Amino acid sequence: MLRRVLRLASGRALVARALSTRRGGSTPDRDGKVSEIKKKIQSILPGEPWNPLYDTSHLPPERSDVVIVGGGVLGLSVAYWLKKLENRRGAIQVLVVERDHTYSQASTALSIGGIRQQFSLPENIQLSLFSANFLRNINEYLAVVDAPPLDLQFNPLGYLLLASEKGAATMESNVKVQRQEGAKVCLMSPEQLQNKFPWINTKGVALASYGMENEGWFDPWCLLQGLRRKVQSMGVLFCQGEVTRFISSSSHMKTTSGKEVTLKRIYEVHVKMDHSMEYQPVECALVINAAGAWSGQVAELAGIGKGPPGTLQGTRLPVEPRKRYVYLWHCPQGPGLEAPLVTDMSGAYFRREGLGNNYLGGLSPIEEEEPDPGNLEVDYDFFQDKVWPPLAQRVPAFETLKVRSAWAGYYDYNTFDQNGVVGPHPLVVNMYFAAGFSGHGLQQAPGVGRAVAEMVLEGHFQTIDLSPFLFSRFYLGEKIQEHVII
Amino acid sequence: MAAPRTSLRLVAAIWSTRGIHGRGGAATPEGSQKKGKTLLQFLSDRFYDVEFLREYFLQRQMLKVHQKNRSFTHMVEQYGPYIVGACFILDQGGMVKFQNNDWIGPKERGRFALEFSKFQEVSVEAVDASGCAINYEGLDNLLLLRNLQSLSLQHCPHVDDWCLSRLYPLASSLQELSLAGCPHISERGLACLHHLPNLRKLDISDLPAVSNPGLTQILMEEMLPNCEILGASWAQGLNVEPEEQPQDKASPVHV
Repeated sequence: MLRRVLRLASGRALVARALSTRRGGSTPDRDGKVSEIKKKIQSILPGEPWNPLYDTSHLPPERSDVVIVGGGVLGLSVAYWLKKLENRRGAIQVLVVERDHTYSQASTALSIGGIRQQFSLPENIQLSLFSANFLRNINEYLAVVDAPPLDLQFNPLGYLLLASEKGAATMESNVKVQRQEGAKVCLMSPEQLQNKFPWINTKGVALASYGMENEGWFDPWCLLQGLRRKVQSMGVLFCQGEVTRFISSSSHMKTTSGKEVTLKRIYEVHVKMDHSMEYQPVECALVINAAGAWSGQVAELAGIGKGPPGTLQGTRLPVEPRKRYVYLWHCPQGPGLEAPLVTDMSGAYFRREGLGNNYLGGLSPIEEEEPDPGNLEVDYDFFQDKVWPPLAQRVPAFETLKVRSAWAGYYDYNTFDQNGVVGPHPLVVNMYFAAGFSGHGLQQAPGVGRAVAEMVLEGHFQTIDLSPFLFSRFYLGEKIQEHVII
Repeated sequence: MAAPRTSLRLVAAIWSTRGIHGRGGAATPEGSQKKGKTLLQFLSDRFYDVEFLREYFLQRQMLKVHQKNRSFTHMVEQYGPYIVGACFILDQGGMVKFQNNDWIGPKERGRFALEFSKFQEVSVEAVDASGCAINYEGLDNLLLLRNLQSLSLQHCPHVDDWCLSRLYPLASSLQELSLAGCPHISERGLACLHHLPNLRKLDISDLPAVSNPGLTQILMEEMLPNCEILGASWAQGLNVEPEEQPQDKASPVHV
């Protein structure tokens, strides 16, 4: 009440001040002091931020119901679905902590943006189908009043996966699973392949699977900005800072069989500001680990993996950053406008970029040749020795190509089974994971975000059952291997 | 929330007459403020309510489009695919042409309804859905017309690249396609038309979302060699004078 009065009074005082300056008779010093005193009075009033000493507007709030570590596409997707599925407007306070607001090393921004349903696990296929649905109706999901509609620049040309004699049987069974889940994939023989895409050399190809609908590639930066805009309009707070510490409380409990177990609950997150020792302890009820390639480090901060090996306390989150290169080249006689994202059986892939006969492509190296993930420097020799030969063999036009540029990005690689980790940790009861998707996180982000939000709000998965993706599989040793990894 | 606000305004009025800073000019601003209290001020006081209302109206508009494009596929067993597809198009305001018959528009819908049985086995040859609010879900109904030969989607506001990627089931029969004036179609959707090998006439003129119409025309002609493509001319985007630098960097002539 007093606040409103002060605001009205200050508004009127401004009008009066303006009138007096037009007359040319007031003393500006006195007015400045008066407004300072007014600001101090306003800050004493209950409900206003109390900062008598210095300005703290750059720090995150002192408490928040949910703290999401990581502001990439997965973190923002979880924030969006949490706010969309909450029971009442404004029921949950969400804070997204992102270390780098320029997203210079984030996997989302550096991704080539492909989306496909050609997986071997039904859960992956369902996640991808839902994400395609989300992207198609993105201007309904992420509509903000007065903001322009999003143009994802989606290219619906699909993925073309090639298989040799050895892999043909697996491909057929995979396609059967995909069709059962509702993906529109067609199988092609080498002759049909040659007719459809005359620029392919079908030597060594026994079978090809081609996605007809809901597959292609899009602009991940646009999705990220769209999510950010919508999520800010829904009331989620953003903070630029790094999570350096989790303070948790433990309770010792006994299981039904009498074994002792220690359950931890994180109640405070220390967020350190950039280029400074200043940090803000944020009280929280839940922490969502969506830190991508650095999720392993964030999990270690919470004490996950600190224990004797072989026990649940000693099981760490097996997600680590792996560097992957993407090369951009120009080839004037290359495949035409109809070229899909072609993946060779050697693992080399490429797709068209734009109208000017430019192509993007790369290759995932084998385990022994993994580059050092310390920096994002590009190794052009890798293209010369490992990527170009299989591509030139598959598409003869690529023998004369010229590399224009390249960049490197991180896969948040799950060394256990290359599939994501979703859901709560069994011992640190209020940390939820949404990371480790090893190269297909962007295309599953909407589905995973919804699954985590359902887990948080309802306690179980409702639409897509991602129980095989829980953390406990690392302790129990149950691998859910995805066979179609690019 | 209304009661505290009115009491606040009363309190504000009382305080202002007393003049919290003892300024003499407090009386006159108060009077002018009462006169100047316009509709805009009323709305800006209730900013979040207005924003909620606008979001609600936006959602309602989208719901209307969804309602128009709901699926009729459950009626196929009773009436056959051609009747269901034709009804959908007529509902939207388009025109349908059955084989060996004349064009049926929304005005002749009554006559069509009476003659259902006559058209049950006759396939639909051509559909003119210009200006209709067809979107991706509505294509469910359109794709029931397996032997469609000519399709016109001119000036459809909701047809975009996703819809074009869905046209491949009509590959065996579709010969004419017109996409002129659709605001959301870009060259990425046009690339999906390579699934339609029997296409003989394609109209891609006046597509505002296509970044480079001349180059797109050339690439489409390379992609569909048997098809006559109407739309942009090659010279679009090229400077006519030979001594000037061409603005169109990607054009094949001046590379």
